[in-house]
Amino acid sequence: MFSGKVFGALAGAAIVALSATGAAAQAKDKIKVGFIYVGPVGDHGWSYQHDQGRKAIEKALGDKVSTTFVESVPEADSERAIEQLARTGHDLIFTTSFGFMEPTIKVAKKYPNIKFEHATGFKRAPNLSTYAAKFHEGRYIIGQIAGKMTKTNTIGYVGAFPIPEVIAGINAFFLGAQSVNPNVKIKVVWANTWYDPAKEGDAAKALLDQGVDMLAQHTDSPAPIQAAEARGKFGFGQASDMERFAPKAQLTAIVDNWSDYYVARAKAVLDGSWKSEDTWGGLAAHMVVMSPYKNMPDDVKKMAEETEAAIKSGKLNPFKCPVVGQDGKEIECKGSGALSDEQVLGMNFYVKGIEDKIPQ
Amino acid sequence: MTTFEAILLTIVTASTPLLIAAMGELVTERSGVLNLGVEGMMAMGAACSFAAAVTFDSTLLGVAAGMLAGTLMAALFALLVLGFAANQTGSGLALTIFGLGLSGLIGAPFVGARRDPVAPVDIPVLSDIPMIGRLFFEQDLFVYASIVLTVLVGLYLTRTRSGLTLRSIGENHTSANALGLPVRRVRFFAILFGGACAGLAGAYLALVYTRFWSPGMTAGRGWIALALVVFAAWRPGWALVGAYIFGAATVLQLHAQAAQFGVPSQLLSAVPYLATILALLLLSIRHGRAIGAPGSLGAPFVPDR
Repeated sequence: MFSGKVFGALAGAAIVALSATGAAAQAKDKIKVGFIYVGPVGDHGWSYQHDQGRKAIEKALGDKVSTTFVESVPEADSERAIEQLARTGHDLIFTTSFGFMEPTIKVAKKYPNIKFEHATGFKRAPNLSTYAAKFHEGRYIIGQIAGKMTKTNTIGYVGAFPIPEVIAGINAFFLGAQSVNPNVKIKVVWANTWYDPAKEGDAAKALLDQGVDMLAQHTDSPAPIQAAEARGKFGFGQASDMERFAPKAQLTAIVDNWSDYYVARAKAVLDGSWKSEDTWGGLAAHMVVMSPYKNMPDDVKKMAEETEAAIKSGKLNPFKCPVVGQDGKEIECKGSGALSDEQVLGMNFYVKGIEDKIPQ
Repeated sequence: MTTFEAILLTIVTASTPLLIAAMGELVTERSGVLNLGVEGMMAMGAACSFAAAVTFDSTLLGVAAGMLAGTLMAALFALLVLGFAANQTGSGLALTIFGLGLSGLIGAPFVGARRDPVAPVDIPVLSDIPMIGRLFFEQDLFVYASIVLTVLVGLYLTRTRSGLTLRSIGENHTSANALGLPVRRVRFFAILFGGACAGLAGAYLALVYTRFWSPGMTAGRGWIALALVVFAAWRPGWALVGAYIFGAATVLQLHAQAAQFGVPSQLLSAVPYLATILALLLLSIRHGRAIGAPGSLGAPFVPDR
């Protein structure tokens, strides 16, 4: 799927193709930063938030930087788009979807003087960093809110695909709910798509029809929370603040905030201090931000704020040990007092209390 | 409202855009033209209807704009395949890609805008009948329109002279041309009708189903509509049945998950497509070729050849 802006962006990139490429790792006067998005910037979710980060770089660094983006890049065809940016004088390139991992590695090897940043991946190189956000921290908070506020004791979750990132989110959400309401039950519906507003909405309706009164989502469009609004129930925004779609239903939203990170990385390239790193930031690093707590009683709001503060200060970890699996056995604790990062990033089990199976 | 009623209501909403788009494509294909651009026309319909509805704060104008957008896209397709006798498959695919791109551009300023729900038509007394009341007598206007559309298309194709002309052109355009039938004119209007329906289906998606615009929101429904025409063996009545089977399959699998029946959701998502393949298979076993497929479907027509 190509939209007009793709051609615009590529054409724009081609015009500057004549400018010089590559330079040693030293301070620069002006840099070019390129972005590859998996969806349209108008998706109001994942890609939209990355584009907010791009705009933040422009705002923070002014005429020391110029940015380019290519949107709706299919993962299978991304190598061409990444290479295009590499060839056209970009100093720093962000590839913002898990599926861009292998192509990014390949292009990064070919262009050792260009810095690359890959979101949510795990393969690094001297000129390739990775970064991701601990969204499950936010999901623990919304789980607590849902657990406190549910009247039917049944909370719902619209998931995209049964991959570790989504499963960890469901577990964190449920653990949060369970921590304040031992009787709470969860229903999970897989939409089998990241982005199909109508189907996501139908999935939400199916959950609401079956007695769910609190709805969390891990798909990209505002359709699920909008369905909650239409039924007079409550929900949580995903990736960006979805209040305008559900002013009465949105209790809060887990907002992906890439801006601070992107600005910091662009600055690092400017002053020559950029190094290959792995960044996994959460609430404390402002990579995950909770939008204002609304439409809830004061005591619930207070609880949410306290939990947020506890997670930020490191006092609370959503996956603190013991974490008990569905079979009633404790999961081996490989971190200090909590599950290790690897265990969270590779999570493929439901915690005790979720009466459902992960589709294989 | 019981869960059962709620499920049925959701199924109706999910099925309606499929039915409207399939009905348009059915008429186009019965005239012998295969338009694979349904997805693109639908996306344009969704973008333009939403843009117009928000700009003028009028659902009616939105619907009109959506249908007009679909019709204009179809006119472009007609120019290619009728005017220049271009390959229909290629032109249709191009129309889909073009429509998805252009709709993103047109809709860009409207990303993030929202519309209030379109109020359903409530027929008093009748809508209070238990179980079926709300299902039959409290739907939005589009749902009733889609049923009326199906009936009218059925009557038109089988009970009118003009419908007979259209079908005979679809069966064999060379013979029809020899008989002096206006092949290209009839096809032109059939293509436009298909575009208007796809545009209307898009308008339904943007204004009733999701009530916001975002690029690519049609998410393959145009392709399902195309499959539906084949599934229905090019018959309006079966297209109605098929649309509701497809809609029900989508919605019921979500409910099956919520009820924790433990059926693999990926498999259930594929049911509509499996059903289409099965229907094609059964039809071709019995008749050697897909019954109901217009004889000249997809073949370019050049007069005096």
